[in-house]
Amino acid sequence: MLGFWLYLMSDCLVFAVLFATYGVLGANYAAGPSPKELFDLPLVALNTSMLLLSSITYGFAVLEMQKKNQNAMLLWLVVTGLFGAAFLSIELYEFAHMIHEGATPQRSAFLSSFFTLVGTHGLHVTFGIIWMITLIVQVWKFGLIEANKRRLLCLSMFWHFLDVVWIGVFTFVYLMGVLR
Amino acid sequence: MSTGTHSAHGHGGHDSHGHDSGHPESTFKGYMIGFVLSVILTAIPFWLVMSGTLGNKDATTVAILVLGAIQIVVHMIYFLHMTPSSESGWTMMALIFTVVMVVITLSGSLWVMYHMNANMMPGMDPSQLP
Repeated sequence: MLGFWLYLMSDCLVFAVLFATYGVLGANYAAGPSPKELFDLPLVALNTSMLLLSSITYGFAVLEMQKKNQNAMLLWLVVTGLFGAAFLSIELYEFAHMIHEGATPQRSAFLSSFFTLVGTHGLHVTFGIIWMITLIVQVWKFGLIEANKRRLLCLSMFWHFLDVVWIGVFTFVYLMGVLR
Repeated sequence: MSTGTHSAHGHGGHDSHGHDSGHPESTFKGYMIGFVLSVILTAIPFWLVMSGTLGNKDATTVAILVLGAIQIVVHMIYFLHMTPSSESGWTMMALIFTVVMVVITLSGSLWVMYHMNANMMPGMDPSQLP
């Protein structure tokens, strides 16, 4: 668990560098679209609530794990995965919409750093979902053995950590971008 | 019903390392407190920006940054179960180190690059180029 925590802290540094890059380059639009024109705050709010709901449902899965209710735990894990998938779908819809309007990563330094930061977070969520599916199969086949419990708690930290990073993203990128 | 006994157990056995992982027992109450606080701390900044209630960009920026920072602490305590004693304090040590690194990276980059921009940009302004 401590080892996984150290990995998360190193991941935190990766995101810190990406945030710093966005902070430096985020105002260079190269006469292209600005955050105010691009960002759709109601959509971001919906996306944020998906991730927050997936955090609490993962919490419920951990509680069922502690009570040794394997099926209830699996059910909450599936619900969490679905919320995560909903988050990713909304994000991909947003990206596709932006690229369709010509706001591609190549358009300006702002858009390059935006897609790198938010895309890296999205990639983490993608791998979190893959990990979740793997664990569902593991628990399904081998039950709530000690190794699977440890994996579930590691994924719990990973998943909540992604929600923490998202707080930074919606505050620093979306809300402050629209304010600028 | 069972959650009541569970939360009581969680509070009582906070420092007991019954689990080999050293992970404190999670409670329904803890997750719900974290969730409700997070919803409030997410809704307020979105509302502030979308309605423009404060009417002042700088004040709104400071407000959403402070609310974001508080929400990160809420997540750390109620979802990630950070306590000074977990893993004999090593997680907290690693966290403090990381926070220091993050603050240096962010503030250092923004500070240096802001002054670079302030000093370099006039000559680089595309509208001034021939």
